[in-house]
Amino acid sequence: MKSLKNWISKSYIGIILAFCYAPIFSLIIFSFNENKSLTNWGGFSLKWYEKLFDSTDIMTAVIMTIVIAVLATLISVFIGTLAAISLSKSKKVFKDVMLGVNNVPIVNPEIVTAVGLLLLFVSFQIDRGYTTMLLAHVAFCTPYVVITVYPKVKSLDPNLAEAANDLGATPVQALWLVVFPQIKVAIFAAAAIAFTMSFDDFVISYFTAGSATNISIYLYTLRRGVEPTINALSTIIIVIIGVVVTYRYLKSNQNNEQEIE
Amino acid sequence: MKKAIPLKNKLSLRDLNLMGSPYYVVLFFLILIPLILILFYAFSERVNDLFISFSFNYFRQFLNEPAFIKTMLDSIKLAIYTTLVTLFIGYPTAYLITKSNKKTQTLLILMITAPMWVNMLLRTLAWKQIFEMLNASLLGTDIAIITGMVYVFLPFMVLPIYTVLSKIDPKLYEAADDLGANKFQTFLKVTLPLSITGVLSGITMVLLPAATTLVIPKYLGKNRYLIGNLIEDRFLTAGNWGYGSAIAIILSLVIMAMVIFTKKLDRNKGAKE
Repeated sequence: MKSLKNWISKSYIGIILAFCYAPIFSLIIFSFNENKSLTNWGGFSLKWYEKLFDSTDIMTAVIMTIVIAVLATLISVFIGTLAAISLSKSKKVFKDVMLGVNNVPIVNPEIVTAVGLLLLFVSFQIDRGYTTMLLAHVAFCTPYVVITVYPKVKSLDPNLAEAANDLGATPVQALWLVVFPQIKVAIFAAAAIAFTMSFDDFVISYFTAGSATNISIYLYTLRRGVEPTINALSTIIIVIIGVVVTYRYLKSNQNNEQEIE
Repeated sequence: MKKAIPLKNKLSLRDLNLMGSPYYVVLFFLILIPLILILFYAFSERVNDLFISFSFNYFRQFLNEPAFIKTMLDSIKLAIYTTLVTLFIGYPTAYLITKSNKKTQTLLILMITAPMWVNMLLRTLAWKQIFEMLNASLLGTDIAIITGMVYVFLPFMVLPIYTVLSKIDPKLYEAADDLGANKFQTFLKVTLPLSITGVLSGITMVLLPAATTLVIPKYLGKNRYLIGNLIEDRFLTAGNWGYGSAIAIILSLVIMAMVIFTKKLDRNKGAKE
């Protein structure tokens, strides 16, 4: 009876995982297809990988996606963390108002945020391009940084920063040597969220980028349909993500074991 | 001057407020002003080159347009179906994961969330590929769209439910067992009520993006027209800022109403206990 139940639960999870990975395997397999077809197998070939690296359009879009994601992460983590620290000491009314506005892009549909930013740039006659895309990414990443870091800052013992001051630390030193190490984990979590969101964003970029492109915009605006080069690109992204995820899994196991010891 | 005397070297409230100022600039210019602009465009009308007047015209215009209402209802219908399907397959997934040992749990959660890191457009395109292989005639149907959305949004349902379920104190199960409850009763009386918060946050996290997606109807719906696409058209193709803004406002209000409704369910639950 118990083994039957076990079997059922294992196969259920198996089916769900198959559902999660079927499309990904299909992408990978057809990236090695000799044919141009995305559905008919015509033998093994690496030609789509060559084409991928030859395509300046795709490469520019990939690089732009990464550059924007890195910059948006750095900027939003920096200003978001400072804001979280500052908010934890502000007056209640001010704090409530700020955190309320902070929630707007989180609860609003992405497309409404996108439309608002588009109107902003159009109304102030700012030419849309990479800069406006970056500004938009900062605008939607920072609120997530604030809600990730703020609870951690709030739970800190305020006496520690004061003690550092009493011992002669400058405000910057107190921040860097006392506050920062205590909230480091939350900051890294915030950075991971910001990076992922920026890297994966489509809707907001699409409305704010004008003629500039990132990978999502490139894919969405493809006129002639999808080519296997896109499968090759996704395979590379999947391999990189796979390596990162495995590394993180192994590392978290190590940490657990250390804790037990 | 101030810095010469160590005792005055405190992190004063004013310094701290200054630290937040870059962020307040972002909040004001990139979040608040865009919101005000949406309202402005939606409620105004250009009279001539110089004057702009307040008007409800755009709202009146689309209330008289049956196609708009139909698109709106269509989007909400598909989003609700998607949410129900993700709930029905996501809840057991989260539940069964909590039943395995700690190490397996971490691995399974990682495996469920890892696909989220692949660009959403690529994942949707992959489904298009699969449908073309299996049965191309399904493309364009509700089934194809819902499958794609369930696929993309499943982690948003599994994660919050898993988080809540994994935090339930095992002593509660023991207690239920001691009091003579069978497995099913324990589930009904202990697990389910305690997991409602996770379920509701899962529901909002799926419903919201599912109602407004642009990508999935385009690829899996053979250019099926949903509310997201309607806004895209008004803004990027027609350049009709006012009309697009009005639709965005209606959409926000509908979504907000749905979110408040789900939150209410949670509060009632809390009040009863």
